[in-house]
Amino acid sequence: MSDALLDRIAATQNLQDLESVRVSLLGKSGEITAKLKSLGSMDPDTRASEAPKIHALREQVTDALTTRKAALENAELERRLAGERVDLSLPAPQALQGTVHPVSQVMDELAEVFADLGFSVAEGPEIETQWYNFTALNMPEDHPARAMQDTFYLEPRDGEAEPRVLRTHTSPVQIRTMEKTPPPLRLIAPGRVYRSDSDATHTPMFHQIEGLVIDKNITLGHLKWTLETFLRAFFERDDIAIRMRPSYFPFTEPSAEVDVGYSVDKGRRVVGGQEGWMEVLGSGMVHPRVIANCGLDPDEWQGFAFGTGVDRLAMLKYGMDDLRAFFDGDIRWLKHYGFRALDVPTLSGGVGA
Amino acid sequence: MKFTLSWLRDWLDTDADPQSIADKLTAIGLEVEGIHNPAEALAAFRVAKVLTAEKHPQADKLQVLTVDDGSGEAIQVVCGAPNARAGMLGVFGPPGAYIPGSDLTLKVAAIRGVESRGMMCSARELELGEDHDGIIELPDDAPVGTAYIDYAGLNDPVFDVNVTPNRPDCLGIDGIARDLAAAGIGRFRPRASAALPGGFEPDPKVIVESGSGCYVFWRRVIRDVRNGPSPDWLQQRLKAVGLRPISALVDITNFFSIDQARPLHVYDVKKLKGHITARRARAGERFMALNDKEYEATPDDCVIADESGAIGFGGVIGGESTGVDENTTDVLLECAWFDPAAIAATGRRHGIVTDARARFERGIDPMKLSSAIEDAAQMIVELCGGEASEPRISGEFPAEGYPNRDNVVPYRPARLAALAGIDLPVDEQRAILGRLEFLALDPKDGESWLNKGQQQELVEKYDPASYWFVRAPTWRPDVDGEADIVEEIARIHGFEDLPSTPLERGDGVARPTATRTQLMERRLRRTAAARGLDEAVTWSFVSEKEAAAFGGGDWRIANPISEDMKVMRPSLLPGLISAAQRNLNRGASSVRLFEIGRRYLGDSEHATLGLLLTGDRTSRDWQTGKAQDFDAYDAKAEVLALLDAAGAPTANLQVFPDAGPTWHPGRSATLRLGPKTIVASFGELHPRLVAEHDAPGGTVAAEIYTDAIPAQRSAGRARQAYSPPALQSVVRDFAFVVPSDVSADALVRAVRGADKASITSARVFDRYLPKDGDLSLAIEVTLQPGDKSFTEAEIADISRRIVAAAEKLGAQLRS
Repeated sequence: MSDALLDRIAATQNLQDLESVRVSLLGKSGEITAKLKSLGSMDPDTRASEAPKIHALREQVTDALTTRKAALENAELERRLAGERVDLSLPAPQALQGTVHPVSQVMDELAEVFADLGFSVAEGPEIETQWYNFTALNMPEDHPARAMQDTFYLEPRDGEAEPRVLRTHTSPVQIRTMEKTPPPLRLIAPGRVYRSDSDATHTPMFHQIEGLVIDKNITLGHLKWTLETFLRAFFERDDIAIRMRPSYFPFTEPSAEVDVGYSVDKGRRVVGGQEGWMEVLGSGMVHPRVIANCGLDPDEWQGFAFGTGVDRLAMLKYGMDDLRAFFDGDIRWLKHYGFRALDVPTLSGGVGA
Repeated sequence: MKFTLSWLRDWLDTDADPQSIADKLTAIGLEVEGIHNPAEALAAFRVAKVLTAEKHPQADKLQVLTVDDGSGEAIQVVCGAPNARAGMLGVFGPPGAYIPGSDLTLKVAAIRGVESRGMMCSARELELGEDHDGIIELPDDAPVGTAYIDYAGLNDPVFDVNVTPNRPDCLGIDGIARDLAAAGIGRFRPRASAALPGGFEPDPKVIVESGSGCYVFWRRVIRDVRNGPSPDWLQQRLKAVGLRPISALVDITNFFSIDQARPLHVYDVKKLKGHITARRARAGERFMALNDKEYEATPDDCVIADESGAIGFGGVIGGESTGVDENTTDVLLECAWFDPAAIAATGRRHGIVTDARARFERGIDPMKLSSAIEDAAQMIVELCGGEASEPRISGEFPAEGYPNRDNVVPYRPARLAALAGIDLPVDEQRAILGRLEFLALDPKDGESWLNKGQQQELVEKYDPASYWFVRAPTWRPDVDGEADIVEEIARIHGFEDLPSTPLERGDGVARPTATRTQLMERRLRRTAAARGLDEAVTWSFVSEKEAAAFGGGDWRIANPISEDMKVMRPSLLPGLISAAQRNLNRGASSVRLFEIGRRYLGDSEHATLGLLLTGDRTSRDWQTGKAQDFDAYDAKAEVLALLDAAGAPTANLQVFPDAGPTWHPGRSATLRLGPKTIVASFGELHPRLVAEHDAPGGTVAAEIYTDAIPAQRSAGRARQAYSPPALQSVVRDFAFVVPSDVSADALVRAVRGADKASITSARVFDRYLPKDGDLSLAIEVTLQPGDKSFTEAEIADISRRIVAAAEKLGAQLRS
């Protein structure tokens, strides 16, 4: 009897058939239900011998139904899935990827390196008075650097004694900071600067970064260490060599130009090594008159300052060769030389990307 | 500043090779920008003897020579020079040598069937002169086989030194030689000048007006000169340093300018009218200068004038009318001293760059006038003949002050280590100063070269236990303080062994240094990049037209390099529009740009983020179909995301339609915190602006005024305790028919305000505007129960209040 029942279950081809078999066996008026019902009318001996058989049969049938149901469901799913194929080689919706400009990236890198040396980032106006841009920096009225060919002058405004200028360097930030923040000071001041110059290697606007340390007992030796340390960290190389040469800037005394050693790699100058020298920084001990101009006593406070081009540092580190492209906004260039949003320079992860 | 090695050796006794000299110059602050030896191009040419000369078998005008170039071989050369003959000495170029005058490289070749293995050269072929009538003939004692450049003394490298503006003395070769000697390269050769007796009073007279800009004017007249070409040695020197020989008299003045940084001027006495005056120019005075340009002087210019008027800008450029020429017989030699500031101003005002200006504006040694007038007169008499007058001086230096001829600087030797970090014994310091002709007096030594009163004054002010008194030479007007003396010693000692001294480090890890603004800017930048925008950096200046379209600029540049860069930008958008246009012209289909920079307004400079979206928002795609354009909501999405990243309280922002004349009036808005504080504008650009500026159509843009974003109140790092609501929220939808002048934002605000405690969010999820029908907005309202679930009655009550709030705006619940 049981074999026949099981065969019937196994023979079903879909879930509907299986359900009708289940009803015919286990439903209200099903065959097995009827057998179970018949137990009540049996005498105790017969019941004692028949009950286990009937229960076992019911168990067997229930298991068979469950198994068959699972099998049919699986078959059904397989059949459906066979029709659900998509071509995943088709393009997915495009994710946008923007970029951070190299100048911004390098400024972030510089801020990170100098933060570790205890330098904060200071800012100042780009439209400057001649006092801050020149006079306070020991460039008196008739100094050649004030000549029209270098400096952008603004049209004078009513009530102003002399026209303002577009700052020609970030050095005015030195003065502004010294005036309002009591020393000791360690700061960098990055930002836009302007010179009326325009050719392959000069643009009328570019970026500089200024460094300033004012303290007691600061010497050229501290300047040398600071520049070496900064350049090694920034260029992520230990073989950075620098060479300081006496030079002249009105706002420092003694003054030094700083050359960095380079090597040639695949025809391109790479910072590091000593195959040749290239000039990258101007620096020196802050001129006593500049310190006095900020209301500090030059016999008590002294320090060093340095300045360099941010765009230039970017070019040396990341290999661009045309400054003008920095300010064109060409998205091809930006995608090529720009940085991803999450390329945040950190000391633990490295300040380069 | 250019000079040759041989000229340097006039002032410096040295055998050092050119590279060592260059390295030392750079090391002491006289940066060598290049060493160039023009003779190197002629290195292959040798002194050679013509052994035999026979007629060429095939050509009448040619000869076949055999030549000995020192190798001992007889080299066969075909030569066309009429003066070639057996026994003569000349200059031979072997195969492979480059002939600059003919621009060709010699090869072994057959000339009319006869092999020629080199060439005997003419002066023109070697660019050593104009002579091309025959080959160079050398004296019989010329050593055969020697390199010709060595024999002829042509092997003379030219140094090009970048002289910093503080070193007028190094615009003369004597100054450079002195510095080199001080740094241990050779021995300085001072040149004694001998007085040249004068035979008569110089005429014309010279009057120096006080306040003219000219202080002192020495003069001499030399009569009966012949002003032909100057001798070869002088021409060669001037040419080597890039000056064109003109005539003996002019070349002599140029010689002193280079040799000793001592500019001079010569006038043709016969062309002068009456006496000479150094004075301020009269308004409108004009003269033709030696550069063939006419100048109109201003009353701020110092001119040299005769009775005809101005005949030159003193110390800058002379006049054509009184210049010397080949017919000059009587010459007036001027050796003067002009105020550097006046010279610089005149040079700048008229755009004149001359060697004289460069020297005068940096400061000429005021003590060199009397010796220079002797030396120059001497050279004129030697080269041009004639008879010299007595030297006479007009004007005078002020007894005290400027120019400072007694420049004494108090100096503490200990400052060398304190400022420069270089530890040098006092003896060495003193020796270096001495070699630079700075005289260092240690008052403890007792000896004095100061006058008594001066010394007394100094000793009272500066403790003699620690101070020296250093008198700077008169050719160093830059020296005016202790730091200058430190620099002199440090520079001559050299920076090579500067110590590398670490800055003191604070305890623990480095402290954060970024300010709130800096952090905000970083977050804005990286959020924008993460959202797919590319960061541009565009010019801070725009054209007048661009500025006008964006409200007008408050700052104009007086001397712009072009009209496109005339006005400081009042907005970041013009720069981004131009950049976008360039990108589209290059074929870009979608441009998303942003820039973080400043707007330059009358009151101050405002930190701003500008962004611009143009081209396709999405390109055509198999899933989304045709390419889609940007609309104002795209700009809004960027603005809100960025403001959120910047920490602005975005929930409190209100939308005010129409962001102003730059924008499409119906498709732009400002975002404000309260009615006054505008933190951003966004939307479509005004179609008129788009048309006038050739901006790409369909451009949407935004500006975030980052300096208007208020600081977040800082409550420390710890967050508020986490307390999620115990009960689930309830969502109810409301659909309203809304009058056309009511904004979605106003409706949502009204709805939210209906029950601030229970309503946690209200959001428009559908908008329906049938043709000729009324606008409907559907709003999803989220209600958050507190500690008890809402009853039906409570929900009904809130709903009633929501509807009532909407009705106040004229909205009706849709039936």
